[in-house]
Amino acid sequence: MSDFKRIIAKRKRQDFVFNVVGIVCTLVGLLTLGALLADLLMDGLTRLNWTFLTSFPSRFAERAGILSSWVGTLLIMVVTAFAAVPLGVAAGIYLEEYARKNWLTNIIEINIANLAGVPSIIYGLMALGLLVYQFRLGQSVLTGGLTLAFLILPIVIVATREALRTIPQGIREAAYALGSTQWQVVRHHLLPYSLGGTMTGIIIALSRAIGETAPLITIGALTFIAFLPPPPIKSQPPFISFAWLWSPFSVLPIQMFNWVSRPDQDFVVNAAGAGLVLIVVTLLLNAIAIMIRYRVRKRIKW
Amino acid sequence: MKEIPVLQHPVAAAADQGISAPPTAGPSATKRLSRLKERFIEALLFLAAFSSVAITAGIVGTLLYESSSFFASVSLKEFLTGTLWTPLFASPRFGIMPLVAGTLVTTGVALVVALPIGTVVAIYLSEFAPASVREIIKPALELLSAVPTVVYGYFALQFMSPLLQKLLPGLPTFNMLSAGVVMGIMIIPYVSSLSEDAMRAVPMSLREGAYAMGANRIITALKVVYPAALSGIVASYILAISRAIGETMIVAIAAGMQPNLTFDPREPAATITAFIVQVSLGDLPHGSIGYQSIFAAGVTLFIMTLIFNILGYILRKRFREVY
Amino acid sequence: MGIVRLAKMTMRDEFARTQVSQEVLDSAESQPSGSRQIKAEVEGLNFFYGKLQALKNINMVFGANQVTAIIGPSGCGKSTLLRCFNRIHDLYPETRYEGKIILQPSGINLIGPETDPLEMRMRMSMVFQKPNAFPKSVFENVAFGLRLRGINGQELKDHVEQSLRSAALWDEVKDRLRASAYTLSGGQQQRLCIARALATEPEMLLFDEPTSALDPIATSKIENLIFDLKRDVTVVIVTHNMQQAARVSDFTAFMYLGELIEVAPTKEMFENPAIKLTEEYITGHFG
Repeated sequence: MSDFKRIIAKRKRQDFVFNVVGIVCTLVGLLTLGALLADLLMDGLTRLNWTFLTSFPSRFAERAGILSSWVGTLLIMVVTAFAAVPLGVAAGIYLEEYARKNWLTNIIEINIANLAGVPSIIYGLMALGLLVYQFRLGQSVLTGGLTLAFLILPIVIVATREALRTIPQGIREAAYALGSTQWQVVRHHLLPYSLGGTMTGIIIALSRAIGETAPLITIGALTFIAFLPPPPIKSQPPFISFAWLWSPFSVLPIQMFNWVSRPDQDFVVNAAGAGLVLIVVTLLLNAIAIMIRYRVRKRIKW
Repeated sequence: MKEIPVLQHPVAAAADQGISAPPTAGPSATKRLSRLKERFIEALLFLAAFSSVAITAGIVGTLLYESSSFFASVSLKEFLTGTLWTPLFASPRFGIMPLVAGTLVTTGVALVVALPIGTVVAIYLSEFAPASVREIIKPALELLSAVPTVVYGYFALQFMSPLLQKLLPGLPTFNMLSAGVVMGIMIIPYVSSLSEDAMRAVPMSLREGAYAMGANRIITALKVVYPAALSGIVASYILAISRAIGETMIVAIAAGMQPNLTFDPREPAATITAFIVQVSLGDLPHGSIGYQSIFAAGVTLFIMTLIFNILGYILRKRFREVY
Repeated sequence: MGIVRLAKMTMRDEFARTQVSQEVLDSAESQPSGSRQIKAEVEGLNFFYGKLQALKNINMVFGANQVTAIIGPSGCGKSTLLRCFNRIHDLYPETRYEGKIILQPSGINLIGPETDPLEMRMRMSMVFQKPNAFPKSVFENVAFGLRLRGINGQELKDHVEQSLRSAALWDEVKDRLRASAYTLSGGQQQRLCIARALATEPEMLLFDEPTSALDPIATSKIENLIFDLKRDVTVVIVTHNMQQAARVSDFTAFMYLGELIEVAPTKEMFENPAIKLTEEYITGHFG
């Protein structure tokens, strides 16, 4: 029996040691996150003021601001959302509700799984060759938005499918039993019920797109841009202009990249400031997504 | 995808089988119209799903097309075995090895950080931590992967590099080590979240079998749960590898942009991705050899990640089938 | 007639707690007369999953080197009772024991807070409903418990072979000890789990519906095995199959809704149950 006692004591020691090791490893990730945020805050908080947000970049560090970049980010996001959301949600609906188990569906699913793993810069290369030159869309907001839309498409599709899967089969059967067509079931039942989950996925996808730098650099987004794209609203008829779609642009992460790459250390503060804005926006979007998911789960309990 | 047969509108189904309603003008015409509408909508939705195939075709097509002119003027042998990569020089050299080496070294450093730490965290969260702790830590770690990579690049250059310079005097400001370490920390959630999911999917009865014999937690975790969840865990490793290979901004900012054929992580080097960024920042005439070289680099990158993605896909399918 | 039958007659038609005492053990026909050993005594056992009371005031005695079967309808608590013996409940949150299970001859209270669950699990072995062989080779499955106890080398190999023989599996696997356990059939895997359980020379062998997932041929092989095993080990088997209990066990305990209704030598239980509820269950009025 004393043999047992010795072995058991050793086992308990092992468990204790691993508990400690596990906690330490977990802390590595969390502490790095903390250090990152602290570093940004220390370097860049001083820079965050109204002038910073409303000035164009400049050769002089104290005068440089992020106006053109965050406007560019905003416009790009509009195009991305308009392209990716309908396409992705439609694809998700098809795959989850309509598709039959055949080789074609298999190919589509393999494709989506593969696209999710393609490095983002490859999307930039494709957009450069195809959209910028072949389709003559130029190095414009439209190209940038479409590139990012293709990039986040797999995320939107997966989010839509997951959201649809949470709806129990009984709901569909009840709707069909009342005489609905397939599209009616989707439109009147499945889409509304899955909206929360889908929205969560879309917001998370957009938050990823906001931080994307490499594909946009590849298609030729500018790193120094001292003007804004033409405004969408005009004072003359027809009152709506799409000229901004064809305009050159920059985005916030590219601006940060540009500043951090300079040998001149004065620009580091600016880079930190831009980084803070980026992180705040990203965290805000993620928080909104989580909140939506939480409220949806509370409201609908299948 | 649904296991049950797709339910159709009873009249549409009947019509499919050749049975139609008795011919009365109004109602049957409406039914035909509504069936047409249904088919039309389904076609639209199918096109949306098929767009993924179109995008892949676009990617592959563009890469092949643009690099075909590259490989018309540069021999495959020089490309694969040459040790100098200077496509923008007056007398250019086109050996991709320096870029591949840069990619492999930074990936290697990242994996040395991410795989052990990620696995330990996964085991800890799955087998040791109480549910309340897990509920907080798992989303917190996933935040790590939500931070934009350009911010990580900033962190690697401004914080990690000076820190490492204190530990390794003489370390240059731009080096593959700081980029790799930060990249590794970013990848931790890829490994830990997916591995933990794989381990939690192992049925409790297997654990009970081990505990019933007097095993403690760590032995059950390492000898029973980890091997049982192996294909899911390896799939997460492969995902991490693929992610590291394709990473751009962290290495572009912190590892330098000078192609450098070396396997010493303390030196600066350019990865395939950093090279593409560097060239794109400049002005390149469309169709020039410099322009085409980024597509050749892109093809190499694409093939590398494709291999790992296929491996990971096969493994994930196998893991799902077992349970 | 004996004290036992008298007691049963006075308790007829009541949900009385029946104590299996020394007398009952003495009267068991399958045993030669003389003093029977007690392996475990359950005293006033209550068990709670959170607020739900799953076991209510269980009192019974398990004879050494006997096979005791526990029968009853779904949800009666038979598996719950079994799992108290090796403290498997401790793996799950919000479980609570009250009362005692005294293990003889050491006198340890299995469920006492001062008792180490890990130590209890080293003295007991359990075979589960669905075969849960580890994703390892046949050899390594049986060796698992032995390695935990620090046994290696030739001694390990001898133990493994002996256990596989005791489980009547040796001839079927001796040529493929290194093959994965999952290449065995369901019945073979369950016998492998039995070999694994035997290898550590437990004081009690706990079977939780061991054949419910198996075909009749595999089932009968395992039932024969259980019958032989009691020479060396005390066996407790939970089963929802009454015929199995009748075939295999020396004593049978009937449980219903967390309470112990009746305990008796198997032959008596099935031929002449004392409590009406037992009789109704055995004759299939509910189940």
